[in-house]
Amino acid sequence: MKLAVKDAMRCVGCQSCMFACSRRSGNAGLSNTCIGIKSAGGISKGYNVIVCRSCVNPPCASVCPTGALVPKEGGGVRLKSSKCIGCGLCKDACIIDAVYWNEHDDKPVICIQCGYCVYYCPYEVLELIKDVKGVDHVAE
Amino acid sequence: MLQNDTLSRVLYIDLSKKKYFIKDRKDLFEKYLGGTGVATELLLEECPEGIDAFDAESPIIFAVGPLTGVFPLASKTCAMFKSPHTGDLGESHAGGRSAIAIRMAGYGAIVIKGKSEIPIYLSIANGKVVFKNATTLWGMKDGSIAARVMRQTEGGEGLRAIFRIGLAGENMSTFANVTTETYRHFGRLGLGAIFGSKMLKGIVISGKQMIEVSNKKEYRLLYDKIYNMATESPLMQKYHDVGTAINIKSLNSARALPVKNLQMSSTDAIEPVTGEEIAKHHLARRVACAHCPVACIHLAYLREAYDDDPYFYKTTPVCYDFELIYSLGTMVGITEPKGLLKLIDVVEQVGVDAMSMGVVLAWITEMLEKKKITSDDINNISINWGDAEAYIELVKNIAKPTTEFLRACAKGVSFASSVYGGKEFAMQFGKNEMPGYHTGPAGYLGFLIGARHSHLDNGGYSVDQKDLIKTDLSPEQVIDKLLDEEAIRQILSSIAVCFFARGIYDLKLVSEAIQLLGFEYDEHQLHEIGKQIHLKKYQFKMREGFKFDKLIIPERIYETVDPTGKITKEFIRKGLDYAQNLIN
Repeated sequence: MKLAVKDAMRCVGCQSCMFACSRRSGNAGLSNTCIGIKSAGGISKGYNVIVCRSCVNPPCASVCPTGALVPKEGGGVRLKSSKCIGCGLCKDACIIDAVYWNEHDDKPVICIQCGYCVYYCPYEVLELIKDVKGVDHVAE
Repeated sequence: MLQNDTLSRVLYIDLSKKKYFIKDRKDLFEKYLGGTGVATELLLEECPEGIDAFDAESPIIFAVGPLTGVFPLASKTCAMFKSPHTGDLGESHAGGRSAIAIRMAGYGAIVIKGKSEIPIYLSIANGKVVFKNATTLWGMKDGSIAARVMRQTEGGEGLRAIFRIGLAGENMSTFANVTTETYRHFGRLGLGAIFGSKMLKGIVISGKQMIEVSNKKEYRLLYDKIYNMATESPLMQKYHDVGTAINIKSLNSARALPVKNLQMSSTDAIEPVTGEEIAKHHLARRVACAHCPVACIHLAYLREAYDDDPYFYKTTPVCYDFELIYSLGTMVGITEPKGLLKLIDVVEQVGVDAMSMGVVLAWITEMLEKKKITSDDINNISINWGDAEAYIELVKNIAKPTTEFLRACAKGVSFASSVYGGKEFAMQFGKNEMPGYHTGPAGYLGFLIGARHSHLDNGGYSVDQKDLIKTDLSPEQVIDKLLDEEAIRQILSSIAVCFFARGIYDLKLVSEAIQLLGFEYDEHQLHEIGKQIHLKKYQFKMREGFKFDKLIIPERIYETVDPTGKITKEFIRKGLDYAQNLIN
């Protein structure tokens, strides 16, 4: 399964997805979110919806000095938290800013493509696409 | 409250010394929850008795609530201050990202005192306050440009709130507002003027805290219940679809919509500015406050041709709702949507409360018609009902006044009419300009006795529309209903829930929700706390000189037909006497 942005133009900026993502930890707030909603140069211009595109050859993993980010088959990465030293190179390597940072733990928050956020988007901005063998994903 | 919750951290900022410190105020938050309750206590602590609202020691207080960042629809920030407009309680609420940003930055409240010698803005993030030079942002004719500069200079994209004032705030018009996220406002009672008096142009604040809850499973279940009510039940539908502007048509039909300074209560020309018609021809998109899935903020796009270039258009996003269509539309006789949207846009640019400005414009028009002033008084701007272009010029002139009369108008109709006459049609209640509800006596009693003289204090207009329209209630019964509602609303604004969500958050649900944050209050106890907060607000009002018998009621309300036919001097007087005995 892959998380994708279906139609960013429909985003109202309510951030329900961001709060949902962080709530997976069981607590409230935004410390653990790995989805971002930012205005596209002022609210009137709409929003950029920034999610991990689960790259097949992920730049975040290639710069990790400790092997804490492990590329997954089919794209994306998995975080081995015990190996992570919190250097932040992965965050800098992601040019769409989809590697988020948990300031409490001082470690990255990596999208696991669970789709929990999709259930809390009332405007059909997000979707979860099923993996089809041999087919690349077309995500925004 | 829970041990690790940062809600009880209060950030104190001194603009004179450019210093700040943080103090834990569990004592206040455990007793009054947050928002209005805590801000009222802080105001009583921090505001010296009888002080001039523009004195350096006059405080600005922002407070958010325990549910902010925890449950949806709890995204309001309560601002408290001594109002330069009324001389007593200043309180206004705004959404946008303001509340989420303050809570996520790790604070429950912010107290700002002192006065800077140069224009500054505050950058609050990562546990620090940085005082930034805003000299270059001062004096801009469009306040949104200053916000744009702060947006480009500061970090925290997607997480931050940006507060700013406009020219009217800099010039200390007593009904200047503070705008957040371009389209939300601490609108009423002059917070923008207090910012201006302190040379404070704006605030940028951001963060991404974690908030612990006591029971993770219960939390998710209750979250889903509230979220589903917000997105699926009909309770929020009207705010979500056409928005509050849907009420224009029905209030006009009921003869409850002020037209031309309430000389009339309906107009045959309403159709083009009904919510439905504006949506059909001008609505572009809706946006939401942070952590609210309802998205009630309606943005129209105004497309204007340039005279000298037929193939280039100025395209301006303009936010509209019921109160704006009333105050800058029907109240000044504008029923043409493009003119209305242009007038709204200039009011946004200069940064004033739209309701107060509309009432001021309407009063000036009638003063001129009745020859109580001359065109010299308004810099020879030729105004007539419905003439949007002329009103645009007048708004700019009030934001930066150059005549004695315009300077008086920049202090609202209560002050201006005390100098120039015309009190009988100066549409203020408790010195605050009226909202768009000529619904009946409960509405007016609501404005008069509400602690901040706002229609949202107690929803009196709703008592008119639901009760008085079909049954008889005594003035005393009306007051009892209003006071009861105002006590409940103190709890909603203390936990920082939007009043639009009052159909979802009853006190039982509030009790359940705050329990997860470690507050053990049942619904009856909450009701009692609400009553206490209301009385505390009145304590401040009385301390600063508010008196029921000094309230001036414009004769106009008795002359213009209303849906109930029950607005009489006797009804209002009896209601006020009864309220005075209960509150004093």
